[in-house]
Amino acid sequence: MTQEEIPAIEVSSLSRSFGDLVAVDRLDLTVAKGVFFGLLGSNGAGKSTTIKMLTTLLPPTSGSARVVGFDVVGQARQVRRRIGYVPQMLSADAGLTGGENLMLLAKLYEVPRAERSARTADALAFMGLTDVGGRLVKTYSGGMIRRLEIAQALLHRPVVVFLDEPTVGLDPVAKHAVWDKLRELRSHVGTTVLLSTHDMEEADALCERIAIMHQGRVVGLGSPAELKVAVGADATMDDVFVHFTGGAVGEGGTYREVARTRRTARRLG
Amino acid sequence: MRSPGHAGRLDALAEPISAVVAFTRDSLAVVEVELRKLTRDPTEVFTRSVQPVLWLLVFGQVFGRARAIPTGPMRYLDFMTPGILAQSVLFTSIFYGIAIIWERDLGILQKLLVTPAYRGALVFGKATSAGVRGIAQTVIIYAVALALGIHLRFGARILGVLVAVVLGSAVFSTFSLVVACIVKTRERFMGIGQVLTMPLFFASNAIYPIDMMPSWLKVVARGNPLTYLVDALRSLMIEGGQSVFGLGIDLAVQLGALVVLVLVAARIYPTVAR
Repeated sequence: MTQEEIPAIEVSSLSRSFGDLVAVDRLDLTVAKGVFFGLLGSNGAGKSTTIKMLTTLLPPTSGSARVVGFDVVGQARQVRRRIGYVPQMLSADAGLTGGENLMLLAKLYEVPRAERSARTADALAFMGLTDVGGRLVKTYSGGMIRRLEIAQALLHRPVVVFLDEPTVGLDPVAKHAVWDKLRELRSHVGTTVLLSTHDMEEADALCERIAIMHQGRVVGLGSPAELKVAVGADATMDDVFVHFTGGAVGEGGTYREVARTRRTARRLG
Repeated sequence: MRSPGHAGRLDALAEPISAVVAFTRDSLAVVEVELRKLTRDPTEVFTRSVQPVLWLLVFGQVFGRARAIPTGPMRYLDFMTPGILAQSVLFTSIFYGIAIIWERDLGILQKLLVTPAYRGALVFGKATSAGVRGIAQTVIIYAVALALGIHLRFGARILGVLVAVVLGSAVFSTFSLVVACIVKTRERFMGIGQVLTMPLFFASNAIYPIDMMPSWLKVVARGNPLTYLVDALRSLMIEGGQSVFGLGIDLAVQLGALVVLVLVAARIYPTVAR
C-alpha cells in the first residue's frame, strides 16, 4: 500500500464498554486522507468515546483502530506524533499566556527548537490572535480560547486533527469565527479533520462526509447532500438526523457528560 | 561503507540518548509552566507557610519550656525545626495531586496525554516543580528559625538541605498524584488527603525521637519516608544534629521511593483521563 492509499482513519469492529453500558458498539469507519469528516450524534451517542479511542486516551474494549496506518494501542506514540486534538472542554491553561500555551505544546510535540518561535507566531497569526498572544488566557473570550486551542493542535502539522464539539457553548459570532478558521484549514491540502458535533448546521456547513452515530453505532453515512437526498426532497439536516436515529433525541448522555458540557458552557460565560 | 560494528554501537547508543534528551525536554517544559504560574500567583507559598510558622512559634515554644521530650543535648526547639520543615514539605506536597484532577476536569491533562511526551516526564516535571515549592517553604522557615535563635548550620550543608527538600517534595507530591489517579474525584481526594497527612506526620520522628515511641510505632516510623527526610534535615540543618540512619541511607530511601512512585504514577496517570 502506498503512502497515499493509507486511510487517515481506519476503524474495525471497535467497541468500548463502561461496566454494562456499551458506549461504542462494533464501530466500522474509514476516513480518507484530506477529508473533513463529521461524527454527528446526540449526547451519549458515543462520539466522544470514539474520539478518545482514536486519540489513544482510552483503550478499546475490543476491535481495532488505525490512524495513518498506526495502531492506536500498539503504536500509540506513532499515532500521537501525527494527530492534533482539541478536547470538548476549554483546555488552554488559563494561568498562562496564549504564547506560553503554544510553546508548551510545541515542546511536547517535538517541534525542533529552532522552529518553535516561528511556528508559535504563525499559529497565533493564523488564528488571528497575534495581538493577544502575550495576554493571560483567563482574559480571553470563549471564542478566542477555542481558536488558541485549534492553533495548539496544529503546531506540529498533524496529518489528522480531532475536534470534539469545537463550538459547543459558543455564541453565534464566535461560532462563525471558529467555522471560518476551520474552513481555511480545510483548504490546506492534506489535513484531515474529524469533528464531532450535535449541531446539524455545523455538520452541514463544514463536513464533506458525515457519519450519524446513534447508541454507539453508525446509522447513516454519506455527504450532507447524499444524506438529504436519501431522506427525501427538501430534507434538512434535522430531517436527516431524525430519520436515521428514529426520532430519538437521546437520553441526554451520562451525568458526567452533561456536567462537563455545563462546565464548559459556564467557563465560556 | 563504515565498519558495521562501530556504527552499530553508535546507533545502539543514539536511541537511549535521544530518549534521555526528550525526557529532559518534556520534564523541563512542565517545570517551566508550573514555575510561571507559581511566580504569577505566589499566594499559595505564603498561605502554606502559616501553619509551620505557628508550629514553631506556639507548639515549639510551649513544649520547649515543658522539657517533656528527651532530645539529648539539643534544645527542643532546635530538635523540632527540621521536623517542621519536613512537615511543611509534606503538607504542601500531599495536596498537589488535586491539581491533576483539576486539570483532568479542565481537559488540560487530556491534551498533554495526546502529545508524544513521555508519561514519566509529565509526572517527573510535576514532582520537580513541587520541589521548587519546597524550596520556597525552606526559605520562609529559615527566616523564622533565625528570628527564633535556632542553632542553624550554614555553608555547603544548605545545599544538602535543598537536595533533601526537593527529593522529599518530589516523593510526597508523586505519592499524592498516585492517590489522585486512584480516587479520581476532588471530594474523595480531599478526604483521603486529610486522612493521610496526620498519620504520616505523627508516625515519624518530626517532633519527637523514635526512641520514645512504643515498639509498634517504631516499626511504622521506620517505614515512613518522612522519617528519613527529617533525619537528613536534622543532621544538615542544626548545630550538633546527628543522623540516626546515616545521610546516605536517608537520601537513598528518598530516591528509591521517588523512582518507584514515578514509575507507578507514569503507568496510572493516563487512566485519570478516561
